[in-house]
Amino acid sequence: MKWLKIILFLLPLLLAFSDLEAQQRFPKPEFHTKYTQPTPTTPEPRGVGMEFVDVLVLLVVLSLTSWFAIKKRSRNGILLLTIFSAIYFGFYRNGCICSVGSIQNVALAFADPKYVISLYALLFFLLPLIFCLFFGRVFCGAACPLGAIQDLLIYKPITIPAWLRKTLGFIPYLYLGLAVLYAATGTEFIICRYDPFIGIYRMNGPHLMIYLGIAFLLMGLFIARPYCRFFCPYGAILNVFSRFSRRHLSVFPTKCIQCKLCTTACPFEAIDFPDEEKSKPDTKSNTRRFILYMALIPVLMLAGAWIGSKSHVFLSKAHPDVYLAELLISHPELKTDSKNIDIQTFLASGKSLETLVEEAQIIRDKFYTGSWILGAFLGLVIGLMAMNQVIFRRREDYQANKGNCYGCARCLDYCPVE
Amino acid sequence: MNRKTFINNSGRLILLGGLVYLTGSIFFKRKVSASGKYVWQIDPFKCMQCGRCATQCVRDISAVKCVHAYQLCGYCDLCGGYFKPNTHKLNTGAESQLCPTGALKRKFVEEPFFEYKIDEKLCNACGKCVKGCGSFGNGSLQLQIRHNLCQNCNECSIARMCPSNAISRVPIEAAYQIKGDFKNPAVTNPK
Repeated sequence: MKWLKIILFLLPLLLAFSDLEAQQRFPKPEFHTKYTQPTPTTPEPRGVGMEFVDVLVLLVVLSLTSWFAIKKRSRNGILLLTIFSAIYFGFYRNGCICSVGSIQNVALAFADPKYVISLYALLFFLLPLIFCLFFGRVFCGAACPLGAIQDLLIYKPITIPAWLRKTLGFIPYLYLGLAVLYAATGTEFIICRYDPFIGIYRMNGPHLMIYLGIAFLLMGLFIARPYCRFFCPYGAILNVFSRFSRRHLSVFPTKCIQCKLCTTACPFEAIDFPDEEKSKPDTKSNTRRFILYMALIPVLMLAGAWIGSKSHVFLSKAHPDVYLAELLISHPELKTDSKNIDIQTFLASGKSLETLVEEAQIIRDKFYTGSWILGAFLGLVIGLMAMNQVIFRRREDYQANKGNCYGCARCLDYCPVE
Repeated sequence: MNRKTFINNSGRLILLGGLVYLTGSIFFKRKVSASGKYVWQIDPFKCMQCGRCATQCVRDISAVKCVHAYQLCGYCDLCGGYFKPNTHKLNTGAESQLCPTGALKRKFVEEPFFEYKIDEKLCNACGKCVKGCGSFGNGSLQLQIRHNLCQNCNECSIARMCPSNAISRVPIEAAYQIKGDFKNPAVTNPK
């Protein structure tokens, strides 16, 4: 009984002591002089609430570009808009968020139940695509800051042979597929990480990426818009969408006089030549090839899916958790390496290796699904690209290729037809 | 309607349908935030001061800075964040300071208290003072992303490399997590 009393007496003291444990080691002093304690400052982000303005500006630029390209037929108007986009979206807004990168936000929002996408990122993704379905790639023409900086620095574009152009044209689809895979699995945003021009717009950034950006711009003096044509993943989507556009810009206003001036004006070789009567292919063998390629598409897709599912282990290494789990299993001696921050932090966190491996396995399973879809998608792209080679389309005039035309309106300026 | 326009129209309709499906499914899961802006933020209770904030930020000089939660500070003379361990003299000489850039300034208030202040222009977010203060003192120094400097990248390149996953994307209203207490989630939002 006596002990119980003592314990009951001591209990509040003990509690107070344990409470003191949570207190600071050095109590806050009571000042005798007139000292006012400052409060930590919390500077606001730049342009709070400006996203709405950004979406509005994008909408206005897209509408004006469509009007300049299709109705007004004015290269100068589009040039002015290009300069405006480079200044506003590039130098002023520092490039984030852009439509190209928004693919990843949309992919992550689609795949990850926890990720919340901001309405503005979604609109930046959707608006150029909707415009593209009606007026072609007007986004590439003047609104894209990445395209604008390259377009303004075209000096003497050289002709790239068609076979090379078409082969390199596969890279954007590969880039798009990988970007979606890595974004959807929550690994990283590769489009943003390897954006070559953002460092130039910010005039600040990792030096390697700035050098890469400068290299792209120097290359762009002679190979017009190299990033847009051979890398841009958003361009790959726009390319497909633009083929079905309702109203695309037409090189000539009334009737083509076959002067070929537009083909010299276009720095991107996006003008299709009219076919000569003689070069009309043998219909019978062409049909046979068409059927063969069409039958090949499922085979290519299956092969792609197989290769994709085989490479998921390799692809998943980019995820930090998978990487760490593999490292700890293959090199258990690294646990004593005090310089390896990742391993030391993991050990300090008290998480067991089993939990980490389990989590890594879940991510790897996601990669398995993603990789075979990616492989099948790439197989489909290759198949369609091959099939496109044998489809014969009758053309009598020089006309812009709807898929590749950026709507920069250079050809409109050159066309002598009134 | 000829064959060409038919293919064109149906292709457009399919693509439009795809866009509607994509948007609809994202909207349906209520994963769109209209209120807008998200920013990156460091949870001071998860931060391990590994030093990557100083090197991984896309900016030449990191947008992360050391922030002082004054209400937690003990105003000690022997400050674990200011002095190197085993310093002989407690003076402001460069050889006794822990901060490699001299960004942590000390000012005499009254015997025996000193006020510590960060010169943000000099701070490179190495986190040495944060570690020192956390190990020997109250833990009033902490690393925070300064939003006047942060470029608000689509994906924070520090977050990708953060070993303790201390950096996350939060709504702008909760942009700063400055410690108000010594134990976890009772962080105050100074707004």
